[in-house]
Amino acid sequence: MPQNETITDIGLDEYKYGFVTEDKPVFKAVPGLSEDIVRQISAHKDEPAWMLEFRLKALEVYESKPMPKWGGDLTTLEDTLDQIYFYLKPQEQMERSWDDVPQEIKDTFEKLGIPEAERKALAGVGAQYESEMVYHSLKEVWEEQGVIFDSIEDGLKNHPELFREHFATIVPTADNKFAALNSAVWSGGSFVYVPKGVKVDIPLQAYFRVNSERMGQFERTLIIIDEGAEAHYVEGCTAPVYTTESFHSGVIEIVVKKGARFRYTTIQNWSNNMYNLVTQRSIVHEDAKMEWLDGNLGSKLTMKYPSCYLVGARAHGEIMSIAYAGDGQHQDTGGKVVHAAPNTTSQITSKSISKGTGRSSYRGLCKVYEGATGAKSNVECDALLLDETSRTDTYPYIEIDENTASIGHEATVSKVGDEQLFYLMSRGVDEAEAMAMIVRGFIEPVAKELPLEYAIELNRLIELEMEGSVG
Amino acid sequence: MAQPLLVIRDLHAKVEDDDIDILKGVDLVVEPGNVHALMGPNGSGKSTLAKVIAGHPGYEVTSGEVLFQGENLLEMEADERSRAGVFLAFQYPAEIPGVTIANFLRTAVNARAGKGEETDVFAFQATLAEKMALLKMDDSFATRYVNDGFSGGEKKRNEVLQMAVLEPALAVMDETDSGLDIDALQIVSHGVNTLTKADKDLGVLLITHYKRILNYVKPDFVHVMMNGRIVESGGTELADKLEAQGYDWLQEAAAGV
Repeated sequence: MPQNETITDIGLDEYKYGFVTEDKPVFKAVPGLSEDIVRQISAHKDEPAWMLEFRLKALEVYESKPMPKWGGDLTTLEDTLDQIYFYLKPQEQMERSWDDVPQEIKDTFEKLGIPEAERKALAGVGAQYESEMVYHSLKEVWEEQGVIFDSIEDGLKNHPELFREHFATIVPTADNKFAALNSAVWSGGSFVYVPKGVKVDIPLQAYFRVNSERMGQFERTLIIIDEGAEAHYVEGCTAPVYTTESFHSGVIEIVVKKGARFRYTTIQNWSNNMYNLVTQRSIVHEDAKMEWLDGNLGSKLTMKYPSCYLVGARAHGEIMSIAYAGDGQHQDTGGKVVHAAPNTTSQITSKSISKGTGRSSYRGLCKVYEGATGAKSNVECDALLLDETSRTDTYPYIEIDENTASIGHEATVSKVGDEQLFYLMSRGVDEAEAMAMIVRGFIEPVAKELPLEYAIELNRLIELEMEGSVG
Repeated sequence: MAQPLLVIRDLHAKVEDDDIDILKGVDLVVEPGNVHALMGPNGSGKSTLAKVIAGHPGYEVTSGEVLFQGENLLEMEADERSRAGVFLAFQYPAEIPGVTIANFLRTAVNARAGKGEETDVFAFQATLAEKMALLKMDDSFATRYVNDGFSGGEKKRNEVLQMAVLEPALAVMDETDSGLDIDALQIVSHGVNTLTKADKDLGVLLITHYKRILNYVKPDFVHVMMNGRIVESGGTELADKLEAQGYDWLQEAAAGV
C-alpha cells in the first residue's frame, strides 16, 4: 500500500511525524490577536454571554502582564505571537461515529500509528484535530455510570452548571500571562466528570495533534473527579515539523474530591520549533490522591510544572516526569506541590536526559503552609547527560512555614559512563544499543508507570531522538 | 593439530593517554579446552591484559599481535570480539540501573543472531531458566537490575551466568575470586567447572591473585606475570610454589628484561 511506503520512507534522522495533511479549514481567522478575534471565537462557538465576558477580561489581563523573565528564553516569542492564527475550526460538526470521520483525518491517525485498538475499541477516544474535537466516542457502560467525557465546548453547552462551578477556579485567569492568553482564546480540549464512587477501569484517552502552520493551540481541559471516584486520563501529542516557530499553551484544571483517585498521563512530542508553555494544576481534597505522569520530548522550549494543591487532610500528590532535551532544545520542567492541610504527603520524581546542545532544567516548588502539620514531601531529580556539551541545572524552591514538616530533596547528575558502555559492548551489544539501554534503564522507574503502548512509544521516540548521539 | 584459540605475541600496551607501556611483551597461547591460570602480584599487568583482550577503549596496543581463532582480534571493536566468542568476566562489573538481567542477556543473545532470526521472549526465557538451574540460581535473579545494589558475590555469579548464556569459546576471568568468602568462592567455582564440563572446547584464562580458587578450579597451566610480562610457566606445582614462597624468587627474572 503506497501510503505505508511513505511512512517507512521517512528518514529516521528526521522528525518522525513530520508529514503534513492538506488542511481544509471551514473557518480561519487572520493571524495575530485582537478583541475582534476573541469575539469571533466566542460567536463561532455560540457561547453564553458570561464566557465572552470572561474571554475579553482575560485578554485585558494577558495584555497587562509582562513576559516572564525566568525559565526559558522567550525573546523571540513576541514576534511569533503576531504571526500565529489563534483559532481554526476544521469541521462544523462533532463526529460521533468512526464512519463519519473524514478520510483525510483518518489518514492522519494512520500516519501517527495510533493502533486500531486505540482508535476504536479503547473507549472514549477524543482526538483533537486542529482546534476542535473531530472524533469522540464513549463506551456505553460509562454513559450508564454517568461519566462525562466530552469536548470542552460540549461540556460548556451540555453541563453549564457543573462547568461554570469549576471552570477557571483551579487556574485563575490572572495566574500567569499564558493562563490569561489561554483563557482569552481557548479552543478544544476535554471535559471530564466522574460521578461519586464510580471507578473507571480503562483509561480515558485523548490523542490530539496540531496541524496547521503558525497555528496556536490553546486547548483547555477541565476534569472533575467526584468523591470516592477513580479514573486515569491519557493524553498524547505529536506535532508536524514546520520552519516557522509555533506555539502551544494549554491549561489543564483538575479537581480531585474527597477520597478520589486520579492519574493524568501525558506524553508530548512537539516538533523542534514549538514553544510549549502549559499550566497544569490540580486541587486535591481530603484523603484523595492525584498523580501526574508527564513525558516531554521535542519542542524548542517547554515550560511545564504540573502542580498539586493539597487542600484536604491526608491528601497525596505525586509528580513523575521524564524530559528529553536534544540539540537546540530547552526542557524547563518539574513540579509544584503545595501542602495546605495536615498530614498531606507528596513525591516528585524527575528524570531528564540531555544531548548535544540540549539543556534540561528541573524547576520545582515545595511549599508547606503553617498549620499543615506532619506534611511530608520528597523530591528526587536525576539528570543524565549523554555527552560533554549537554547541560542540566536544578532550581528547587522550598518554602516551609510549618516546623513539623519533613522534606527530602535528592538530586543526581550522571554522565553515561565509559565503563557502562564497555560492559554492555563486551557482551556483544553495539554502541548505539548500549547507549539506548542505559537511557531506557535510567527512565525505567517512571516509564514503567506508563500504559504499555505509551512506554513502548516513549522508548521508540527517545531512540529516534538519540540517533547520531554515538560516534 | 587444531588451530589455537588464542595467540598473543610480544604484546605491548598502555593506558590511552599515558606514555609508559604496562604490557611489555606478553606471549601466551591458549588451546581449546584448556584452563590457564595467570597469577602475579598487584600492578603486574594481569587486568590490563584482560581488558586489552576484550577491547577496552581506554587502552592502546603499541605493538604485538593477538589472534583469536586465527583472526586479528585487535582490529575488532569490543562488541565484535564478544560476538566472535570472547568473554570477559569483569573484576568490577558495571551497574546498569533499570535494565533487568533477563532483558540485557536477551539483547546480547539477539545481537549474535542475524536480522529476523532473533530468539523470541519465550524461547529465551526457557534457555535462561535452564542455565540458571545449571548454576543453581534462583529464578528471581534474572528480574533484578544488572549489578544494581548487588553484593560482591552476586556480581561474580552474574558474570558466570552471562558466560553460561553467551557460550563463549574463550572466557577471560579477571580476578573472579577476589572479594569472595569461601561459600561464594565455591559457588562461583562450581559454575566455572560446570561450564568447562559442558563445553569441552571452552578455553579459560583465569586471572587470580591467590591460589585459593585453584583448589576448586583445576588449571592445565599456570603462568606468572610480573612487570608486564609472563616470566614463568608451568603446571599446578608452580601455583603451590608461589603459595609457599611468594613472588620474590621471580624478581630477577622479571627485572632481567
